[in-house]
Amino acid sequence: MTQANETGPVGRPGLFVRLWRWFFSQSKRAWGVIAATAFALGIVFWGGFNWAMEATNTEAFCISCHEMKDNVFAEYRNTVHYSNKTGVRATCPDCHVPKEWGHKVVRKIQASNELLHKALGTIDTKEKFDGHRLTMSRSVWRAMKTTDSRECRNCHDFKSMDLSLQESRASRLHQSALNEGKTCIDCHQGIAHKLPPKAVEAYNDMLDTIDKVGLTQRIVDYLQDADVEKAKTAKR
Amino acid sequence: MMPRPLISNVLAAAALVAGLTLAAISHAQVKGLRETPLTEVAPAPEVVKQSTPADGFGRAYRQQPPLIPHKTDGYQVAVDNNQCMTCHDWPGNTRVNAPKISETHYVDRQGVRLDKVAGTRYFCLQCHVPQADAKPLVGNSFQNATQAK
Repeated sequence: MTQANETGPVGRPGLFVRLWRWFFSQSKRAWGVIAATAFALGIVFWGGFNWAMEATNTEAFCISCHEMKDNVFAEYRNTVHYSNKTGVRATCPDCHVPKEWGHKVVRKIQASNELLHKALGTIDTKEKFDGHRLTMSRSVWRAMKTTDSRECRNCHDFKSMDLSLQESRASRLHQSALNEGKTCIDCHQGIAHKLPPKAVEAYNDMLDTIDKVGLTQRIVDYLQDADVEKAKTAKR
Repeated sequence: MMPRPLISNVLAAAALVAGLTLAAISHAQVKGLRETPLTEVAPAPEVVKQSTPADGFGRAYRQQPPLIPHKTDGYQVAVDNNQCMTCHDWPGNTRVNAPKISETHYVDRQGVRLDKVAGTRYFCLQCHVPQADAKPLVGNSFQNATQAK
């Protein structure tokens, strides 16, 4: 390729060679200018990238689509994660977007599929939304099950949970969940949104087919550090 | 012959006048549960917390639907799902050591035995209710069946 560039049709050096020569023929001052410009642009682009990522990671952004505002957000407003005695709130991204940078970027890339379906109007009426609720629930359940409910654990960590302060029933069940290696979503489905029809059967079916996924999901699983094997073998 | 409607009209008018007079007289003595006059905003009732005794509530009489000793706020009971059944239907109840719903709740109104809770028994909270130790608005002398014997 370099050879082809050197012997261009008009007899002068190819584009690559000319760029290369220009690059190394600059004075030291020019290099300084280039370095300073690159540094400044780096800050602007990196800052801009992170700004955009955070801007799309807010509840206000999520409910700017009526699909979210009229369905899942309306349901969530009646739950403890929206309003409770201490006033600590979990907003949409707290549960649905990982905190760790790499996992977050992967989730953001996955969200391009959601934008596609926004454009296609897949869930743009209440009836359509309910028609797809099972698929969407299963997808979220699977993500939480295979990552040991990572987003729940950002706040609800077993290590910081004082079982003796809980209601006796909750305390007993949390202890056995801990012993059996269960994860939050195994019991706490539908805590923030309306359940899909026949939720218990649907959840068990999701567990039965947890490793029957396509290539894209396998790649996502890998990038999200999802432990499908552990999820598969965990006690019911 | 005097037409009948006239008699009834006269009677009705008389009853109305009597009723209004009686209402006017007794107005001063009426004491409602709402002690604040209708023209004023009543103070908010005291907030009472739900009672959640670890060993549950006893029954006041044999046929009483057992009372709920735990929070039920987040549980969805709708046409598609009844989350009470997750723990109170067999065999889920054995996993979490919860009381199983009564066998009578698996029988429909024709007497047919079913595998799932009967539609007639579907809305648990119609009979089984959470409790709070709230001051009764009106006093009563209720005694449970064992005390009354």
